[in-house]
Amino acid sequence: MNPRLLPYFLIFPVTLFLCLFFLYPFVLVSQEAFSNENGYNLDNFREVTSYWKFPISLKNTFLLAAAVVPVQLALSLLMATMVNRMKRGRDLILYIWTIPLGISDLAAGIIWLAIFEQSGFLNSMLGGLGLIDSPTNFLSYQTPVMVFVAIMLAEIWRATAIMLVILVAGIGLIPKEYYEAGEVFGASPWQRFLKITLPLLRPSLQTALVLRVILAFEVFAVVQALGGTLFPVLMGETYAYQFDLLDGGAAAAIALIILAISITFTLIIMRALRVPKGATI
Amino acid sequence: MTTANTDVVDVREDSRKAGRYVYVTAIVLLCAWVIVPLYFLLINTLSSPEAVNAYPKSFFPEFDLGSLTFFANFAGILTALKNSILVAAMTMVMSIAIGAPAGYALSRFEFRGKELFRLLILLTRAFPLPLLALPLAVLFIRTGIDDTVFGLALVHTTLAIPFAVLITFSLFSGIPLELEEAAWTLGCTRFTAFTKVILPLVLPGITASAIFAFVISWNEVFAAAVLTIENRTLTAFLLQNLDTSPLHLKFAGGFILVVPALIFIFAVRKYLFAMWGIANR
Amino acid sequence: MFLRLKIAGAASAFALCVGASAAQADVLFWSTQAKPVEEAQAMREQVLNGAGEVDYQPNDAGPWLTRLNAELQAGSGTIGVLGALHGDFSAMDPEDLADLDDLGIGASSDTFNDLAKLGTGSSQYIPWMQASYIMAANKKALEYLPEGADINSLTYDQLIEWSANVMEATGEAKFGFPAGPKGLKHRFFQGYLYPSYTNGVVRTFASDSAVTAWEKMKELWAVTNPGSTNFSFLQEQLLNEDVWIAFDHTSRLASAFNERPDDFVAFPAPAGPEGRGFMPVIAGVAIPRTAPDMEASKALVAHMLKPETQIATLKATNFFPVIDVELPSDLPPSVQAAGAAIATMSSSPDANPGLLPAGLGDKGGDFNRVYVDTFERIVLAGQPIEQVLEDQKRALERIMEETGAPCWAPDAPSEGACPVE
Repeated sequence: MNPRLLPYFLIFPVTLFLCLFFLYPFVLVSQEAFSNENGYNLDNFREVTSYWKFPISLKNTFLLAAAVVPVQLALSLLMATMVNRMKRGRDLILYIWTIPLGISDLAAGIIWLAIFEQSGFLNSMLGGLGLIDSPTNFLSYQTPVMVFVAIMLAEIWRATAIMLVILVAGIGLIPKEYYEAGEVFGASPWQRFLKITLPLLRPSLQTALVLRVILAFEVFAVVQALGGTLFPVLMGETYAYQFDLLDGGAAAAIALIILAISITFTLIIMRALRVPKGATI
Repeated sequence: MTTANTDVVDVREDSRKAGRYVYVTAIVLLCAWVIVPLYFLLINTLSSPEAVNAYPKSFFPEFDLGSLTFFANFAGILTALKNSILVAAMTMVMSIAIGAPAGYALSRFEFRGKELFRLLILLTRAFPLPLLALPLAVLFIRTGIDDTVFGLALVHTTLAIPFAVLITFSLFSGIPLELEEAAWTLGCTRFTAFTKVILPLVLPGITASAIFAFVISWNEVFAAAVLTIENRTLTAFLLQNLDTSPLHLKFAGGFILVVPALIFIFAVRKYLFAMWGIANR
Repeated sequence: MFLRLKIAGAASAFALCVGASAAQADVLFWSTQAKPVEEAQAMREQVLNGAGEVDYQPNDAGPWLTRLNAELQAGSGTIGVLGALHGDFSAMDPEDLADLDDLGIGASSDTFNDLAKLGTGSSQYIPWMQASYIMAANKKALEYLPEGADINSLTYDQLIEWSANVMEATGEAKFGFPAGPKGLKHRFFQGYLYPSYTNGVVRTFASDSAVTAWEKMKELWAVTNPGSTNFSFLQEQLLNEDVWIAFDHTSRLASAFNERPDDFVAFPAPAGPEGRGFMPVIAGVAIPRTAPDMEASKALVAHMLKPETQIATLKATNFFPVIDVELPSDLPPSVQAAGAAIATMSSSPDANPGLLPAGLGDKGGDFNRVYVDTFERIVLAGQPIEQVLEDQKRALERIMEETGAPCWAPDAPSEGACPVE
């Protein structure tokens, strides 16, 4: 086969598939965002951005992503390196750490609400230890910081495994000789991590970060379960327009705004962690 | 002179021991962080309705099987389980078969439109499916693949493809090009070099994508609820109505949904490690 | 005796099976009601048993609407019968629903039957079941009732005082209000607070008495469990006792009464200066124009209005019949409690019943949002009442002008669109 055509041949199935099942409906929905009864215009965008909750949900979405993603990155890197140097029980530990991957966001919301609600497990535990006299209300409008922390913890619990799995698979590809050489030259574990693991892990890091960031901007179910009406996020606004207000155009407009934000961050991450064509020895 | 030397060794031994201690503690803590919330879910699943509502909560399950029995007797739950497994399996096979070649192309070739292609892949995850479900459902009804397991698997594959492409891309990128070139000079064709040398190396990545595909399909509610009627998946059957159900059933239903996903991840966990990586150590 | 009963049961089950297998293909009953898994199961096993092969599928509003619209757009479908609230139907194009006049059935209330015409000349849906919002309390709270207060004729001031007493005694705010994302708070404002204080909903939206109403709401909120922004089904909080006094939809209080019937009381909503405002909830059944088997669908709709089906529905869902039926004595505790409270509420001398919003079409959601936003801004965000009402008034005016919806009770009738005064 002509090597110039080979890449196109390889990406053809995906392209065809996505055109049919993503681009086709996507174009139809996007059209709605740019039109209303008066023809094509930006009214939908004006409408959704002038709504008083829009800036709040935008801020909340960003805050949450900014608080959660770095912690997840650090945590998953830590976990991946730990798993990597483990001698015994590696299978089991890795399995335990990837468990949250199998749990849907709706189920995660149910679980964490059972922990944080007034008569939930956290209060039971604190009460049992004699730290509090009567159950505290963690998820109340008077304690927005606590609500934020609860959502943050639940999101970190739920979605760190996504990055972990990608990083573990990537770390396994780093030849052990590099580390041996590093050790011979007296590099400390920390130096080895900085000079060997991080640079060689770049392709996987990029993938993990991009996927995680995109998903972070779409966060919804866990936030709704724990934050109730107190912590509006962009995706919640999208669904409210689509299914409560039956305004498909406005819903599509917010979704496109989320999309634009995601693309921006994706490009930034891809630039920052540029991957050379095939690593070289 | 000699005593001083042993002192140094002792100190080193001590700090190594301390490091080991910190390391093991960290692993235990991280495992607890993942497991404890799930343990709470288990307690609530195996508790009577009174115990689920009680405060303070008990930290040991009372092994009341009432809630689970309710679901066991739920008409159609086995068919729904079968459908879920079928859809997830199809999603896994299709997303990898279609996605992996594209991942390889992205990592090994420079071609026009490459950036655009990567962006298209990512866009797929950055736009909420519930908005796309309407045009998709119209398309499916018109073409007659509505209410089939295969039709739903097509949509789930669309969701899983970005993971499949990007994960395989990052792994192919982590494999030195020289390795493949060496295989070529030793008489392999591009194809046999791929199957004999590269494929075994990226098996963990394939496994990771398979896990993602399975989990995404397993937990997806919206498209499943819209696109299947008689062939409902377990998630569409149970999960979308859980949040309005009484607490004890909410937890039991959540538990039932979590278990199969956990079994699946357990079954494939060992492939997550690179063959090379492990053989090399 | 017992044995014979069992045999009779087996025989009738057998008869039902035979009847079922003789029927045509499954009729898909696509519903937004009776969603909780237990209710759905009861619908399948009790209510629809004997209606032929029916596939009862309850859904969240999102998938429900998406699937329905997809079938309407594609021009063919599998949905046979729709079950939903009045508001869901009024948001649809009446053209998409089959006319049901030829069935010759309807509710015993003409008001309901008129609503079901959705502004056209014929029935677009058939009223199926009704409910309302009531109050419920843990019996432990009763000793803190203000002096001279009668639980069956409470005022808002007494409710606030009562909740304050409980708060003082227990150290916790124990009034519960469904302010969560899926909570039905907007109905409280539209059907309870506003009518009780302003004798209107739309006309009086920004009036002086509305300012008083929101001031009372803030007072009430001060003694409300601050976790209420997560509450959508108050039965949960009644059962775990995070809340002692609650306002909610009858079917969202039901499991508290059914699980611990001796621990809770149900009673009417409170009254304000303009009387005791309250509001019904109506669910209906309809047939989309794309139904695959119109006859089978109509047969199912007719089945839902039969007296025995209506009683079975009541037991399964805690929604009351819309036709006149003799209620049996073996009703579940939740139904007995709620039924008594609703009866007391509607027969009280100061009753001020409101109607469901009508004529808003697909702006029903926007209409609700006006009230919810007003609540969130005044009560949660603490913004000044007058200014918020002035702001939100514009949004409300726009909706009324766009839809041209005339006023409904308790607002005085209007010529043309209902004005916001």
